[in-house]
Amino acid sequence: MKNELLSILEKNSRIDFKELAVLLGTSEEEVLNEISKLEKEGVICAYHTLINWEKTDIETVTALIEVKVTPQRGQGFDRIAERIYNYPEVKSVYLISGGYDLLVTLEEKTLKEIAGFVSDKLSTLDSVLSTATHFILKKYKDHGTIINKNVKDEREVITP
Amino acid sequence: MRNFLSDKVVGLKPSGIRKFFDIVTEMQDAISLGVGEPDFDTPWFVRDEGIYSLERGRTFYTSNAGLKDLRYEISNYIKRTQGIEYDAQNEIIVTVGGSEAIDICLRAVINDGDEVIIPQPSYVSYEPCSVLAGANPVIVELKAENEFRLTKEELLSAVSEKTKVLILPYPNNPTGAIMEQKDLEEIAKVLIEKDILVLSDEIYSALTYKDKHVSIAALPGMKERTILINGFSKAYAMTGWRLGYACGPKEIISQMTKIHQYAIMCAPTTSQYAAVQALKKGDEAVEEMRKSYNQRRRFLMNAFKEIGLQCFEPFGAFYVFPCIKEFNMTSEEFATKLLMEEKVAVVPGTAFGDCAEGFLRISYAYSLETLKEAMFRIGRFVQKLRDKK
Repeated sequence: MKNELLSILEKNSRIDFKELAVLLGTSEEEVLNEISKLEKEGVICAYHTLINWEKTDIETVTALIEVKVTPQRGQGFDRIAERIYNYPEVKSVYLISGGYDLLVTLEEKTLKEIAGFVSDKLSTLDSVLSTATHFILKKYKDHGTIINKNVKDEREVITP
Repeated sequence: MRNFLSDKVVGLKPSGIRKFFDIVTEMQDAISLGVGEPDFDTPWFVRDEGIYSLERGRTFYTSNAGLKDLRYEISNYIKRTQGIEYDAQNEIIVTVGGSEAIDICLRAVINDGDEVIIPQPSYVSYEPCSVLAGANPVIVELKAENEFRLTKEELLSAVSEKTKVLILPYPNNPTGAIMEQKDLEEIAKVLIEKDILVLSDEIYSALTYKDKHVSIAALPGMKERTILINGFSKAYAMTGWRLGYACGPKEIISQMTKIHQYAIMCAPTTSQYAAVQALKKGDEAVEEMRKSYNQRRRFLMNAFKEIGLQCFEPFGAFYVFPCIKEFNMTSEEFATKLLMEEKVAVVPGTAFGDCAEGFLRISYAYSLETLKEAMFRIGRFVQKLRDKK
């Protein structure tokens, strides 16, 4: 049940307990218990909403920044990652294998603000060796959801 | 001018679905729950393989029985899912959908006047294909109180000296019924005793919601008298690729291959290459789809309970088969009225046999959102009918 529950919630976190119980063929109480357990264990971290900001009048710019750093003795990358993720404008920080170390996603209102963040805050950190900033021009698919998807049932209306 | 038409063909009943289809297509923005095919797209890695095969220029005929690789994978698949061993070399033929397999199987074994036992409600093609092959169809009317399973008694009452073939369509379209091992064992005893061949149409075998599907061919003494028919349409959401297969004793498969060779040549080459990948890497994708169907099935069962409409719990395929006898209307009247008043299209049970009067086939090969809206409308419709009474 756990995995099926998680995969339903991952696609629709607003679903209510009653419906979840029906879909999973179990009781509401059990669903409730399982979810609070998963929340406590930190398996479920948060419930987000995927928003296409382009359709609002709020301007946002998203950048992916590749960051090369010097790991610190005894703490590896964790310390510097923490320094970076504490900035509220930073949306995600991943440790990456390959040509650079950290991949940072940044969301700001303007290009200038992103430039400012990189030059003033990120690059000036002691352990940051170099950065490379990429701006996102268009989102086609995010978190498994195709943005602007036209759902049209192409099947014949009745088939045996 | 002479009448050029074949009496046999003219005598076939037109498909009951066709009539209803014409009304639905006229109607704007109706919600249809009338489709007998998956709503999922074919998994991308399967489509990708089809595209790749075209890029590589694999656009020629394959051998009549189908690509060797594909027959080998089919053999593996049946071994790992059903525990039955079929020789890829001469016990398997790849066909244009399960439909062709049904047709050529009947044509390969029927002599004029042989009887074919067909349990109904069931898929629309068994009866006409039997007639075209020269057989006399003998209909067994399945009952809701048996959850539309075929019982030993029902079978025995239909058997005669002339019986040659039983068609065994489980998991079933339109009822969603399944036959479990204990049910099959009863049937197998009769078939062995009376020396009857079984055409087991297992096209929905991957979509069961209780225990895993059991094929009658897996029972002792049955492999040699079973033609197992399956395909890619339902499990892998590949209806448009037109690909199925039949497995059975080599004497029968080789005669089927003869008909196939003259009538069809071979199944579509692109589809065959894609299907090899489906069998090699598709288990996970099938399981994901099965889980989705199961959630929808539970949703519908619950919705029918809330509406108070009688409906046995189906454990296979992607159909539910509610009973509407309380309203004193024929299935067709009910379905037509539902369509006119609430713009929801369902298929009258009678499209699948006269004995399905008083039932509707509702497909859940639709998103939960669609099903929710449709069930809301059906609930409102049923309430209106009850208020009038």
